[in-house]
Amino acid sequence: MLGRLSWAAIPFNEPLPLVTMAVVMVVIVAVLAIVTVKGWLPYLWREWVTSVDHKRIGVMYMTLGLVMLLRGFSDAIMMRTQQAIAVGGAQGYLPPDHYDQIFSAHGTIMIFFVAMPLVIGLMNFVVPLQLGVRDVAFPVLNSVSFWLTASGALLINASLVIGNFARTGWMGYPPLSELAFSPDVGVDYYLWSLQISGIGTLLTGVNFVTTILKLRAPGMTYFRMPVFCWTALASSLLIVAAFPILTATFIMLLLDRYLGMHFFTNEAGGNQMMYVNLFWAWGHPEVYILILPAFGVFSEVVAAFSGKALFSYRSMVLATLGICILSFMVWLHHFFTMGAGADVNAFFGIMSSIIAVPTGVKVFNWLFTMFRGRIVYRTPMLFAVGFIVTFVIGGMTGVLLAVPPVDFVLHNSAFLVAHFHNVIIGGVLFGALAGYNYWFPKVFGFTLDERFGKASFWCWLVGFYLAFMPLYVLGLHGMTRRLQHIDNPSWQPWLLVAEAGAVVIMCGILCQVAQLYVSIRTRESRRDLTGDPWNGRTLEWATSSPPPAYNFAVLPQVETIDAFWEMKQRGLTLAQSPYQTIEMPRNTPIGFVLAFFASATGFALIWHIWWMAILGLIGAAATFLIFGWSDDREREVSAAEIALLERTRPGQGRVA
Amino acid sequence: MTMVTIEAAPTALAYGHGGGGPAPTRTVVAYGFWIFILSDIVMFSALFAAYAVLSGNTAGGPSGRELFNLRSVFVETACLLFSSYTCGLGMLSAERREVGRFLLFAALTFVLGAAFLFIEVSEFSGMVSRGAGPSRSAFLSSFFSLVGMHGAHVTAGLVWLVYMVAQVLAKGLRATVLRRLVCFSLFWHALDIVWIGVMTLVYLLGAR
Repeated sequence: MLGRLSWAAIPFNEPLPLVTMAVVMVVIVAVLAIVTVKGWLPYLWREWVTSVDHKRIGVMYMTLGLVMLLRGFSDAIMMRTQQAIAVGGAQGYLPPDHYDQIFSAHGTIMIFFVAMPLVIGLMNFVVPLQLGVRDVAFPVLNSVSFWLTASGALLINASLVIGNFARTGWMGYPPLSELAFSPDVGVDYYLWSLQISGIGTLLTGVNFVTTILKLRAPGMTYFRMPVFCWTALASSLLIVAAFPILTATFIMLLLDRYLGMHFFTNEAGGNQMMYVNLFWAWGHPEVYILILPAFGVFSEVVAAFSGKALFSYRSMVLATLGICILSFMVWLHHFFTMGAGADVNAFFGIMSSIIAVPTGVKVFNWLFTMFRGRIVYRTPMLFAVGFIVTFVIGGMTGVLLAVPPVDFVLHNSAFLVAHFHNVIIGGVLFGALAGYNYWFPKVFGFTLDERFGKASFWCWLVGFYLAFMPLYVLGLHGMTRRLQHIDNPSWQPWLLVAEAGAVVIMCGILCQVAQLYVSIRTRESRRDLTGDPWNGRTLEWATSSPPPAYNFAVLPQVETIDAFWEMKQRGLTLAQSPYQTIEMPRNTPIGFVLAFFASATGFALIWHIWWMAILGLIGAAATFLIFGWSDDREREVSAAEIALLERTRPGQGRVA
Repeated sequence: MTMVTIEAAPTALAYGHGGGGPAPTRTVVAYGFWIFILSDIVMFSALFAAYAVLSGNTAGGPSGRELFNLRSVFVETACLLFSSYTCGLGMLSAERREVGRFLLFAALTFVLGAAFLFIEVSEFSGMVSRGAGPSRSAFLSSFFSLVGMHGAHVTAGLVWLVYMVAQVLAKGLRATVLRRLVCFSLFWHALDIVWIGVMTLVYLLGAR
């Protein structure tokens, strides 16, 4: 009846997950109770859960990413603590099986459920506003994408308390991830949560490619798009081209596990090296899916806070597209040691070094933008400057690792761990946090507190260096990654420094929580009434903060790069009239309902509850068919309604 | 204030790409669906790659030469390609709002697609009954997955076709229905493209 599911799946003998579960349950129940008692449920359902507004979906993505950051960081600090104390005779507090689950969950969560939602959240909120349009190409699909991502996040969190998670590392390499060596539900949780959220991500990619290529304000030619839109386009193209590879790879591994096939097994002709190739054919472009939008954020932030147009816009665009293409030609550097031969390794080593060239172009463009600019060090700008310094270090260790002989020494060492955290924290995460601080006033209509913002930046920056520079040293000393126990006591001082760094990062996260709390408490005094708190350059600052549901009452007419800056120079504002009837997409629960069935199906497949899987699939198909029948998906907002709304909300542009 | 360089305004539309504002819905929908199909083809390409790697790994089991029957593959291919032709004719009729002709061609498309599926399923069941199922060897795993994935797409296409016929009958050939038909026909033609790859790489090369 319940497949593999029984009371044995609940880890009653492991206090750590059990206590965590209890705390999380209490928090969830408390939140639900407050929401219900206060009568907020109808509001949440009407305005958020069923919303197809790109701005709200963006906020929900960001919220998901930030909440999951707490989960991923908890894993991180647990691992750091284990490594700091489990030296020599001491065994630490995490048994190997639990430790293995933690490092697998940490990587999976941080990539798929923190970095991706943060980046896609920013894209969702910002891209249509920057393009001067009213929504993405497929608003309902957008909601489906978000809820499928949330469904994947739900499953991966369920693994904490029902059953267990993979011990395979976040890449899930076979044959370890095959049924013969991982017979329980851990790998299945990994596979199904990523399959479900991966579909969501793929649909996001399709949606944004279409939006950026087909929906832009009149006059906004390709070479007038803000750089963030270019990077979002490149990132979306990579999603469309790379995520299907991951989907296919996981389908093969699932077929191995569920139907006894032999894609990656040790017997009957299976080839596990093919998995490694396919995984990284997705995995390397994924790195750029994450970092390119972060580059876009920094381009916007550096230009805005230097009071100058971005230096060499065209070379920035070309560098972005160059990276987009090159990112598909370097995947083999993730496994030089697999034995492809010197010639193949040399080719991929050279390609990996070449990809540093367009990245270098970008770095110089940012520096020249700042050169002789009037730099204002607000929190987003601090993150941008911190990024430039940190990312260059990470990039250089990356070029070092791209040299195959060096890689043979450093492969799978703490040096590698330090390298990719260097670029992902210093690049993607700093980018997401810069974007969060930069666009927050546009989203909610009030600015974030600067004191806590700056404190969080310094904690993140110092904490990062403390936590990861020692790992470079340890990697050079030969420490491999994923050690549950360290038998070389001379490494312990470095590990203690790294632990201290993790604590400093935790302070940074706490500062962010405090920043949000304080800013909400004092929001009345920090209202952004102009819609343009940073003296911005692009169209999102032309409309009010927060923007109306339809973004622009009349679509702006674009004549230059930095369209809003140009408007301000000429003393123009957005056209106020004549208003015309606007068609806005109606809210729909289809995303939520589909995600409900997807979660149920995923859970059922993980636990081999076949009847429930069939029911879930039928439910999803029925939802799809019912929605596919409807024609009345839009509502009209009349010109009179718009005129009324326009009169009653805060001013836009500089004409409050 | 620092100097700001601004591109000359008169060349506004000189770049010629999307200067005219948002594209009409029909364009957006077809374009987006086309991008989705590209992603689908990327997924197939991964399965093709897996087949190319594993096709020699028969693990002592039967190889393509012993299993494939090119005659039935020929009939299968003919059915699918003709169904694309009838699908195209159906779309032309739909564009001209000729419901009767559309229904005729939709029925022909369905019959040809179903015939394709029938031949594929009987081929599969024949192989399984001879002990050459998907878990016999890596070659057969990749064969069943690649060809079966295409077959699953054809199945989904048939369901979609029935669903679209129901929409046409219930609502007529209005704009929203036509948009969905355009997507369906894109999907159906894309399955042909994938099948050409399957026929060449799997059957023609495998039966040598």
